[in-house]
Order: sequence, then C-alpha cells, then structure tokens
Amino acid sequence: MNTTTSRSLQTIVLVLITLGLIGLALGGYLSPLSRLFVNPIVQAQAWITSRYQAVQSILSTSEDTQVLRQRNAELEAEVSRLQTQIIELQQQISETKILSALVDFARANPEYRYQAATVVATDPSPFLQYVIINSGSDNGLRRGMPVVTQQGLVGRITGVTAGAARVQLITDPDSSVNVRLEPSGAKAMITGQITGDISLEMIPQEADVKAGDLVLTSGLGGGFPPNIIIGQVSGIRKRDLDLFQRASVQPVVDFSQISIVLVITNFKPIDYSPLIPSE
Amino acid sequence: MLATLIAIPVFSFLIILQSTIVNRMTLLQGTADLFLLTIIAWSLHRRVKTAWQWSVIGGLIYTIASALPFGVSLAGYIIITSLTKFMRRHTWQVPILTMLILSFIGTIFLHGLSLLAIKLSGNPIPVVDAIGLITLPSILLNLIFAIPIYAIINDLANWLYPEEIEA
Repeated sequence: MNTTTSRSLQTIVLVLITLGLIGLALGGYLSPLSRLFVNPIVQAQAWITSRYQAVQSILSTSEDTQVLRQRNAELEAEVSRLQTQIIELQQQISETKILSALVDFARANPEYRYQAATVVATDPSPFLQYVIINSGSDNGLRRGMPVVTQQGLVGRITGVTAGAARVQLITDPDSSVNVRLEPSGAKAMITGQITGDISLEMIPQEADVKAGDLVLTSGLGGGFPPNIIIGQVSGIRKRDLDLFQRASVQPVVDFSQISIVLVITNFKPIDYSPLIPSE
Repeated sequence: MLATLIAIPVFSFLIILQSTIVNRMTLLQGTADLFLLTIIAWSLHRRVKTAWQWSVIGGLIYTIASALPFGVSLAGYIIITSLTKFMRRHTWQVPILTMLILSFIGTIFLHGLSLLAIKLSGNPIPVVDAIGLITLPSILLNLIFAIPIYAIINDLANWLYPEEIEA
C-alpha cells in the first residue's frame, strides 16, 4: 500500500518537474544552461565530421581520379571526333558552294551539257600544265572537250581513259586560244606561259585595248565555244615597230586552287588541220 | 623476283605522292623528282641487282601519268641508271656524296632531255626561261630531297638484300 502510494507520488513529482522544465524552456529561461551544454557537443560533432570527411576523401581520391581520367579521355575522344566532323562539314560546305556556283553557271549557259569532275592530280612533269580529272570515257568525255569552272575557261581534254581524263590548262605553254576583247571587239590569241600565267598575243596595232578589258573566247578555230570568260587585260605593250600589240591577262580562274570542273560534253571541236596546206 | 615486283607498288605510291603533294611544293616553277631520286638511290646500293628493272618500271609508270612525249622519261631513267652504275664502280665508300652528285647531274640531264622532246614535239617552250624557272630550282629541291630518299631506299634495299655473313 505504502509502496504504491510512494511510487504514485514519485511519478507525480517527476511529471511536475518535467512540466516545469518544459515551461521554463518554453519561457526561454533555460537557454544559457542549454548553450553551455550543447555548444561543446556541436563543436565536437563538427570536428569529428570534418575529420571523417577528410579521411573519406583521401580514401576515395584514387577511385575518383581514375573515373575523372577515364571521363577526360572520353571527352577528348569526343572533341577530336567532333573536330573531324567539323572539318568534314566545312569541306562539304566548301564543295556545296562550288557545286552551287557551277549549277548557277550551267543554268546561265543552258545551251551546253555539262559533266562535273573533280581534279585529282597534276602532271608530274614541271614543264607541263596539265591536271587529271576523275571522269573519263565512261562518263561520255572525249578528246577536245572544253573544261570550265563557274569562273571561266580552264582548258581542254587532251587524253581520256575509262575513268580519268587529262586536261591541258590554258596556262600550258603549248596552249593557244582564240579570243575576243570587250568592249573593243578586237580579235587576239591567248597563249600559256612557263610561269603559269597567260598572255595576250596578236592584238592588231589599230585595236583600242585598255587595262580592264574583258577577254572572252571568240569561237574562232573551232577549239572552244564562244563567249566563255578568260580574264581581264592587266597591262598592254604597244610598240610602233611591232606588227601586233601584246598584253598581259589576269585570269579569272585561280589555276592553283581548281578542285571541281565542268566538262562541256555537247561541244565538238572542229579539226581543220586537213585544210591547212602542207609545206 | 620480289625485289623487281616491289617496284610496282613503290612507284605507284611515288606517282601519287608526286602528282598530288610534291608538285605543289614548288620553288619558282621547279619541283623535286621522287622517281629520279629513287632510281639513283636504288642503283647506288652495292647489293641491288634489279636496278635496270626498277628504271624500266619507274619510266613506264611516269610515262603513263605524264603528258611528256612517250618514252622520254623511260629513256632518261635508263640512261641515268647506267650512269649511276658507272659512278658506283668508280667511286668508293661515299655513296651519299655520289647520290648528291648524281641528283645534280641527273636533274640537268633529265630536264635537258624533256626540253628537247617538248621542243621537238612543237611546243614553243622558252628554253632559257625553263632553265631559270624550272631546272635550277628543281636541282636545289632534288638535292634537299636526295638525303631522306637515299636513307629510305637504302633501308628498303638492306631489307630485300640482307648482307650475307661469311662463316
């Protein structure tokens, strides 16, 4: 009986003390006391946590580095793949621009049929100005067909195999093209030079030629179709004692940078050599 | 037989290299001639027994690829091979010097022959300009290329004709 009463009293006292402490805590009267007790614990927790994290970081570094290195290698491989792709796309854009210009040229000159070809090599001899293109008789190409770009005249085919053709550039020393000058209308002849340039010969003395005049094929001789642009007159040499004037020409085609050309396939060159009287 | 047949892929590779890259590495209008240098270097090697075959194969491949009058390069390379073999018999221990001398003489000879053939075929090429703009720069380029070509061809010859060790 006494024991039961005593326990009940203890319980009631404990509940009252607890409620009192809660009341004091809610009233803010226990803050200094709790600060005194909690602060060292928090500081200890912070110290232990930081040391634990440091140790954990040291233990896991090698694995992270390996993962990072692997990731770095993957990214580097990705970068080089993308760079290759960029170069390929730039080449495609460049080719597309050239092809687009060639299509424009073909549209502007609808009277001709064209076969596009890529320049794959140059003649190994330094004395000759020839290029090799990757289309041949299988594509309908024949000897004598004129070769142009969107800029102007390039040359003519002098040799054909099934899959390739050799093109003599108008800069070859053995090449000559009959031309017409605009606006004067004078007839003359373009010849190739060993330097890779072209020069204008056989201009009549009375012709009024000026720097900047356009040089176009005349169609005379039957070797090339008329009205294909070749270049502009850049300088004239006129001497009273000479039979003809001479001039230097700035070609419109950059012969060192030709990559894609058009072969005019429906132009048949005229071979008039049997009409030339033999000596 | 292998030493002869290997000339076909070697010269095929060289014609690709010559007509795509080397021809664009010009000095004035002159270019190096990988065929000439290869034929000289091959003929200079002591143990090589297929120098004539190489000059014929090289000459034929060059003839097919070039618009030069037919047979000019073939004849030129055969004559240079005979000159190289003659020089090899009369010089001792300094093949690299002989290589340089033959590169010099070979370039002049081959260009002279090419110019003569071009002129005879009716091409109005100005000879003096050609010498100044093409031949002289080509000599310099051939002299520069001569040493690396000699080293590569010498290695190839040593592989195909290993030195026999006497017991």
